[in-house]
Amino acid sequence: MAVREILQYPDARLKQVSVPVTGFDAALRLLMCDLEDSMRAGAGSVGIAAPQIGVLQRVVIVDVSAKAGIRQHGCLRLVNPEIVSRTGEARGREGCMSVPDYTGNVLRAQQLRLRAQDGDGIWREWDCEGYEARAVQHELDHLDGLLFLDRVVSPRHDLFRRKVYR
Amino acid sequence: MVRTPGKGSRWHMLTVVGADHPGIVAQLSAALLRGGCNLGEASMARLGGSFAVMLMVEGADAAVLERLLRPVTDGLGLRLHIDPIEGSLHHHQEPNVQITVYGADRPGIVAQVTGALAATGFNILDLNSDVAGTGERPIYVMIIDGLAAGGADGVEQALAPLRAGGIEVRIASLDTLIG
Repeated sequence: MAVREILQYPDARLKQVSVPVTGFDAALRLLMCDLEDSMRAGAGSVGIAAPQIGVLQRVVIVDVSAKAGIRQHGCLRLVNPEIVSRTGEARGREGCMSVPDYTGNVLRAQQLRLRAQDGDGIWREWDCEGYEARAVQHELDHLDGLLFLDRVVSPRHDLFRRKVYR
Repeated sequence: MVRTPGKGSRWHMLTVVGADHPGIVAQLSAALLRGGCNLGEASMARLGGSFAVMLMVEGADAAVLERLLRPVTDGLGLRLHIDPIEGSLHHHQEPNVQITVYGADRPGIVAQVTGALAATGFNILDLNSDVAGTGERPIYVMIIDGLAAGGADGVEQALAPLRAGGIEVRIASLDTLIG
């Protein structure tokens, strides 16, 4: 287990699409441990994706359990995660360990159904909402080479919400 | 762009205001580029048909900036103002409270809201406002992001009395997700 260096944009690896995991072996378990250690070493981070440590495989960790009073599922260790369905839309502020010193508002689905394998390849599903759903979407974006910067909305967007309600 | 400022380099804040038309930013930034200047943080908006620019620039002193920009601003009919500032980059403060205020427009909304906020030590980091509705029935809308030592609850206590005056005040915690 080790805390790995977090890549920062403009590192080109952050803009690449990661490949599905096919081997559910000791190497995968080590990657999952390293990811979790690296996430917990980053102050206040509630998630991490493998490309953030330079591994272009579809593995993420999401853990919003430190936040009080929200519905959440504890530490989610997700291999080959997919969003099966999504509903609603909410605006929230995001930042990223890979994009220091910038935060912005991003529109995300309010609720989603998530499907992923665990470290042994067993598929599971979760229904996530709110802050946890936002964290899941932020991390899964990393697997497709997307940063929150690709989705950030104008600060003045808040004053003109007609589009959101249409 | 990553550039190490030379010794003695400092930032200036440019303020440019005038009737809006296409090309203002392009001409200003082209002139600054020709002069070897580096741009920093900026906020620009079309307000009531005028375009207003606030722009951090380094790499030239005020006299040089004036020489670079005056032909552009005179040509476009814009007012130019140049101030040296003590600021620098990478000193963002993250807001923790957002306040939305709206109501039938009347004198005093901004003074009342910001006065109550200032009394609590609230620091406004960003403020956008607009007058919506119609000429006969204007609606004032204001959104403030800022830093409140006491969080949303402290702001709620400070602003709650204002609701009796017929304005809507919504206070939300801004909880920035870091992923």
